[in-house]
Amino acid sequence: MKKILAIALAVVMVMALAVPAFAADEIVIGVFEPLSGDNGAGGKQETLGIQYANSVTPTVEVGGTTYDVKLVVADNESSNDKAVSAATQLVASGASIVLGSYGSGVSIAASDTFGDAGIPVIGVTCTNPQVTEGNDHYFRICFLDPFQGTVQANFAHDELGATKAYCLGQLGNDYDQGLINYYTQAAEALGMEVTAESFPEGNSDFTSYLTNAKNAGAEVIFAPCSISYAQLIVEQAASQGIDVPITAPDTWDSNVVMEAVQGTDLDVYCTTFYAEGGDPDFEEGFKAYLNSDDTALANNGGNDMIAAVSVMGYDAYYTALEAIKAAGSTDPADVMAALPGTTYTGVSGAIAFDEIGDAIRDSAFIKQANTETGVWDFVAAQTVAEAEAE
Amino acid sequence: MEKTLQKSPESKAGKLIAVVLIAALYIFLYLLDNVLPPNSFTLMLIPVLKKGAIYSLICVSMNLLNGFTGLFSLGQAGFLLVGAYAYSIFTIPADQHDAVYQYFEGGAIRFSVPEALGRVLGENAGNILGAILCIIFAGLVAAAFAALIGIPVLRLKSDYLAIATLGFAEIIRAIFQWNGLGPVTNGSNMLRKYTDFSDIQIGSVKLATAFPFLISMICIAIIVLLIHSSYGRAFKAVRDDEVAAEAMGISLFKHKMLSFVISSFFAGVGGALLAMYQTTIQANAFKSAMTYEILLIVVIGGIGSVSGSCIASFLYIACNEWWLRFLDSGSFFGISVPFFRDGFRKVVFSVLIMVIVLFFSRGIMGDKELSFAGLMRKHKKKATGGVEGGGQA
Amino acid sequence: MSAFIQANLPYLLSGISVGGQYALIAIGYTMVYGILRLINFAHGDVFMVAGLVMVYLTTAMPMYISIPLTIIITVLLGFTIERVAYKPLRSAPRMSVMISAIGVTYLLQNCALYFTGGLAQIYPTIPWLSDSVTIGSATTKMVTVVTPILTVVLVFALVLFIQKTKIGMAMRAVSRDFETSQLMGIKINSVISMTFVIGCGLAAIGSLLYFTNYPSVIPTSGSMPGLKAFVAAVFGGIGSIPGAVIGAFVIGICENIIKGLGSSWTIFSDAFTFVLLIIVLLVKPTGIFGEKATDKV
Repeated sequence: MKKILAIALAVVMVMALAVPAFAADEIVIGVFEPLSGDNGAGGKQETLGIQYANSVTPTVEVGGTTYDVKLVVADNESSNDKAVSAATQLVASGASIVLGSYGSGVSIAASDTFGDAGIPVIGVTCTNPQVTEGNDHYFRICFLDPFQGTVQANFAHDELGATKAYCLGQLGNDYDQGLINYYTQAAEALGMEVTAESFPEGNSDFTSYLTNAKNAGAEVIFAPCSISYAQLIVEQAASQGIDVPITAPDTWDSNVVMEAVQGTDLDVYCTTFYAEGGDPDFEEGFKAYLNSDDTALANNGGNDMIAAVSVMGYDAYYTALEAIKAAGSTDPADVMAALPGTTYTGVSGAIAFDEIGDAIRDSAFIKQANTETGVWDFVAAQTVAEAEAE
Repeated sequence: MEKTLQKSPESKAGKLIAVVLIAALYIFLYLLDNVLPPNSFTLMLIPVLKKGAIYSLICVSMNLLNGFTGLFSLGQAGFLLVGAYAYSIFTIPADQHDAVYQYFEGGAIRFSVPEALGRVLGENAGNILGAILCIIFAGLVAAAFAALIGIPVLRLKSDYLAIATLGFAEIIRAIFQWNGLGPVTNGSNMLRKYTDFSDIQIGSVKLATAFPFLISMICIAIIVLLIHSSYGRAFKAVRDDEVAAEAMGISLFKHKMLSFVISSFFAGVGGALLAMYQTTIQANAFKSAMTYEILLIVVIGGIGSVSGSCIASFLYIACNEWWLRFLDSGSFFGISVPFFRDGFRKVVFSVLIMVIVLFFSRGIMGDKELSFAGLMRKHKKKATGGVEGGGQA
Repeated sequence: MSAFIQANLPYLLSGISVGGQYALIAIGYTMVYGILRLINFAHGDVFMVAGLVMVYLTTAMPMYISIPLTIIITVLLGFTIERVAYKPLRSAPRMSVMISAIGVTYLLQNCALYFTGGLAQIYPTIPWLSDSVTIGSATTKMVTVVTPILTVVLVFALVLFIQKTKIGMAMRAVSRDFETSQLMGIKINSVISMTFVIGCGLAAIGSLLYFTNYPSVIPTSGSMPGLKAFVAAVFGGIGSIPGAVIGAFVIGICENIIKGLGSSWTIFSDAFTFVLLIIVLLVKPTGIFGEKATDKV
């Protein structure tokens, strides 16, 4: 036993030392995403966007030298306690900049690890205000929860004409609870009545919650939760014959949810970062990429529908390249210094950062699930100005 | 880690070696924190060392209960959670409260112990003293919870006790996530910005890695002293035969309770250290899977062996977070292996654990302890086999 | 009054339905515990694996083959787990066997994580069972109505089997006194295997019903239903099959009533189960149908 252990240890130690060997002209971009756990599905789609961008533009020119861009993916397992070691892995891999993550909790948890190492991070779809607050290294290219909550409440009030809303989120999930909080604030300011409930983790029976919504006389159900729960809620709402609209945030913008909605009588809306048809060239290329690779297709949920998070991943990659070019160096410190001034016009719109490090981005798209064709139909684009003015 | 406390008579040389090794360990940790420039090796090493030290304490505290008192409790994650929260709630700086408790108007508790002490003693001393006080407080809160839970639960036997403690851990988690307690626990949201390892320094000497080692070493030393005391012998008697122990005049309930409360105290301390290590905590992470993980480390190390638990902790953490990560990455020395993808590491782990449970049920150390005196004796006799374990904590 | 019923019928319906599904899992726990005195922690995960097997099988073959095949594979899995993980430890201390069971749980969940890649799998729609049906004020799936009926039928058959057949008699004998029955010439290993086969078969049927209702399978799908089913078994008196079934219905219904009580209560629907467990263990450790004090020393 002792000998075997000793040999195994020796082998592994040597490997640990041998792994981070660098090729001469290579720049590492870290990808910090959940590939398993509750947010695994979304994280995989976001990673696909980054990988596709990398396959389109695999090199970057810095100070006259062409560098190969190497993606190093670390799985944070959707879990805050695993996030730190995944982040350390990226730091150890010598990343110049890191992209991610899907889900704000893991981003906040790993933030200090990146900060201490002086590596800048571009948050792709982490929407919690706390991610970029009070630090210099975390940037983000998507909109924020207070904005999204307000947009949702306004939409329910103005477009759906609802006066009573029912919110359902997962207990112990800060994303769900945060959005419910902002939604409630905005909705109550509009004179709406809000009932909020939480379900415990691992719950799969939502019928009683939906009955509660019905009994409360809700005219709209707001359900900010991860994709796996979304699927169950949709399924049970359909079999219970729920006839009020269900609105949801960016997490629901996924073909996995769409599949569940298709063929039902439900009225499902979500706010998101990108509406289909925004950039036909990108869509064509990305679909071809998905269809050429079985694993990629499986990671996208089995079909080639484009999720908004993939688009955001794609844009994040190019924003990172822009920052590296502007820095004229592969040193993380230089890249970080260059990031605040970086601008890029991506598939999802123009990207620039404000003084906190958040994207100056003033529009969210609202989409409705088409239950017959199984695609998301564009409803409206709502901007911050509108949301605040109302 | 507790080598110095072995009470073997011919162990002068052994003791000396142990003292030298521990001194060397701390010198190494000092160099790691302050002198050595970070490179890809030390970057991976430091978190493994920190987490390994913390898990050693957590596993030894579980071993005290399961291995030395024979109480099969699965409530460890609950006590870790209590400890982690008790620690962090009181160390969040006052000016961060609005940001952390963003949905609860800054929370109900608006002071920070390290800050309050810092005003009197200076920032560094305040941080260290405040952190230590709050760690002890964390342990006390966890112990208080254990005392309450213990009254009903410890009347149950073996597997019923296991399932009841598992249940209590789940109830504790639900309560901490409840929005009604939001102003204190921040509900479902994470606590952050509290004093963590990077804040611990004396003058300009950083102690980020040495601090968890120091705390766990002291705690484990106390546990070892306890095990060697008359209480420890009573615990073992309860484990080996309850009826006989009772007949000998050992109060079953009192000793079970004592063991449960002490174990939970150290679990609470471990939880506080874990919170410091993670820099953010959320009740969500303290699931029964965490208890299972700890239990399996204890089994790998050997039920009833303190040094086994420590060795197994470092081995497990190093493999899980560092050495075996390549199993998930899809390639092995540049050769792409198709079945090496996300999750494969865990499959390998669980198979290994089943092999250990089924074929090496004594684990690395069985119920023996690692002692240098013992090793030297074995070496002199040129005896082969028998000695197991080799990891250096 | 009718308004009250109208508002609350859906809670009751889903409670009965969930209760039926818990019952089918609880039988596996109660039978194994009755004979081996082992909490088979892995039982809930066997239930989850049955769900995954069904997901993968239906992509390759028609429903009428994949359903029986799922049940067969689940039964084989249960049989294998018993032979590999529990049989070698028959003379070991009880704690070792439980640790082994936890190890199996860990293994099954991690394998599921690896094969699914961490993505939730959508459970196939079984025709007829998935159809919507309206009862009074509540619209629900056909499976909600079928579950309690099927559960009662299966339990009745099982009780008959245990009362009337030779192997059933052997099972009762083994659960009464392990050593003596061995001396009496009962082939203990085949009786234990049979217990696992029945338990896992019922868990497979339970998973068909459960996942038709909640059509998403993730690696941890089995742990909560598993724990609740175990509590149901304790509540009813461990070792007693009718007890487990009644316990399961009580838990299923109470849980849904709590969910209906309002926002500050819903989060404690899981915690309730454990509170119930602890109360039962303290007040009447043998459960409502349990036999009087067995060995406790």
